[in-house]
Parts: sequence; structure tokens; C-alpha cells
Amino acid sequence: MKVISGKPESLTDKKYHYCPGCMHGVIHRLVAEVIDELGLREETVGVASVGCSVLSHNYFNLDMQEAAHGRAPAVATGIKRVLPDRTVFTYQGDGDLASIGSAEILHAAARGENITVIFVNNSCYGMTGGQMAPTTLPGQLTSTTPLGRDVKKEGYPLRMSEVLATMDATAYIARTSTHNAKHVMKTKKAILNAFKAQQQGQGFSMVEVLSTCPTNWKMKPVEALQWVENNMMKYFPLQEFKKVSGGDQ
Amino acid sequence: MSKVVVSFRKENCKGCGLCINACPKGLLDFSESTNNAGYPTVYLKEEESCTGCALCAVMCPDVAITVEKEVSA
Repeated sequence: MKVISGKPESLTDKKYHYCPGCMHGVIHRLVAEVIDELGLREETVGVASVGCSVLSHNYFNLDMQEAAHGRAPAVATGIKRVLPDRTVFTYQGDGDLASIGSAEILHAAARGENITVIFVNNSCYGMTGGQMAPTTLPGQLTSTTPLGRDVKKEGYPLRMSEVLATMDATAYIARTSTHNAKHVMKTKKAILNAFKAQQQGQGFSMVEVLSTCPTNWKMKPVEALQWVENNMMKYFPLQEFKKVSGGDQ
Repeated sequence: MSKVVVSFRKENCKGCGLCINACPKGLLDFSESTNNAGYPTVYLKEEESCTGCALCAVMCPDVAITVEKEVSA
């Protein structure tokens, strides 16, 4: 019997603490599958962020380092510069990367640090109770915008992929989604491209993955996936924004 | 059709139902039993109709589904 799909070696046996239907689990698995396929399990260092994925070191069967809130790209910069032969990735949410960690991500990208960033965008602060995040859509209900995000008062969402794609030193920037199996597979391909860009020393790579928060959106898991498709994807178009040519990708 | 075995790590399942939604043939459903955490678990209704496309496992957020397929020599 051949295993078509199952638990990759780069994941531990521990049960996730994530809410039912949270796509963090799928994205964890995709990262682990890519690391397994590239044969990098023994030489990869992951940097966890603060947010729901703060405990991701329990689930990745890799060397993991916890960073202060938003500082994962800075910690990853240090690790990569001291150990340039390792593959270094950060796993961050939108509150972590786009809000408190916006300085770190912008300057890591501007410096062209040869690291890979997995950016999970679920348009709210999941862990702390669904408050408005920089990625919250206009009009979206959250616990701090009970009447919907008012763009006159709270401004517009940040499109991080578009921002980083304008920088000279970035090598691979893509936005993908997890709302159905086809897009989950496309996400895996994008993560593979990002890790390959790092392997080839091309510079900074990031994959922004649209995800769900059924608990704070107050939706059933299947409804949350539909909400991603019908609302989030309109504001955050799925695209490969930047891909440095050269090499087998 | 080659033989397909779909196994579930029942204790990891949180009953989100994304696999049931993902199955193109509608072969998965909630069983009447729950796991130790109290979540309803999923079972495969007709094993012989499963093609082993593994879309259920692709969408499972808790890596609770393993799909194995017999490889013809």
C-alpha cells in the first residue's frame, strides 16, 4: 500500500490546539510536506511568532525558535546569518506580521534576507478574541469594530504582498488561499517555490496564505471557507506577485 | 479499481466537517460515536466507491486522515 496523503515526518504526533476548522493545521502540514520533499528536515530552523501559532513549535518536528511578538523576521535574520547553510523560515499571522512586526518584515525584505516567510492572513487577531487587525476588510465585523470597519476612522487594510513585491531585494512573493482543495495544492506549490528561492540564494521569499477564523468570525468551518472565497479574495487577489527568474522553479 | 484504505486518527478529529464537504462523491459522514474530546467523528460510508483522490486528507486541518492506495505492480 502506498500512502497518498498522511502525516508528514516534519510534523509531530501532538494534537493541534487550534479550533475546529482552523486552516493553520492545513498550512502547518503543507510546510512540513514541502520540507520533507526537499529533504531539509535535519537542516531547517523555524521561527514561531506570537498569535495562535505561538505553540507551533509543538507541532513541527524541526528545530524551532520562539520570537517576541512580530520580531520573527529579525530573529530569522540572525539565525540565517550565523548559520547560512540552514534553511530558515518564519511562520507568522497577520496581527504579528502586518501590525506590530511591520518594521521587522519591511526591513528584512528590504535587506533581502535569504529567509522564507509563511504569512497566514485570517483578517483578525484570532488568539486574543477576534479584534480588528491591519488586514480586516472594510465593513467587517470584529470584536473591536462591532458596527463594521469604518475606513474613515480605521483606515484601509494593508496588502502586505503588494507592498513587499515592490522592493528590489525580494525574490518570491505570492498570495494563495486555502478555501478548497485545489487552492490548498496551489498553496503547497507556492511554498515549494519560496523554499527553492531560498535554497538558490535568491533572497527574501514570502507566501501569504488566506486562512479562516471560524470561531471569531462566528461561522461554521465550511461557511468560513466560503467567506474567504466571496469576500477576502476580492480584496486580497490571489497572485504570484514576484518571481525571480533563473533556476528550476 | 485498486484497493483504497482510508484511516482516521479519531482522537485528532475535531468534527469540523471540511472532509465531508470536500469529498466529490459525498462518501463521508459523521458517525454516531464521539471521541474522548466529545467531537463527532467521521467515517467512510462506502469503502468500495472511494477512488483514493485524498481530497478529504488535503482539506483536513488536523491531519487526521490517511489515505493509502494499493499500487499495481
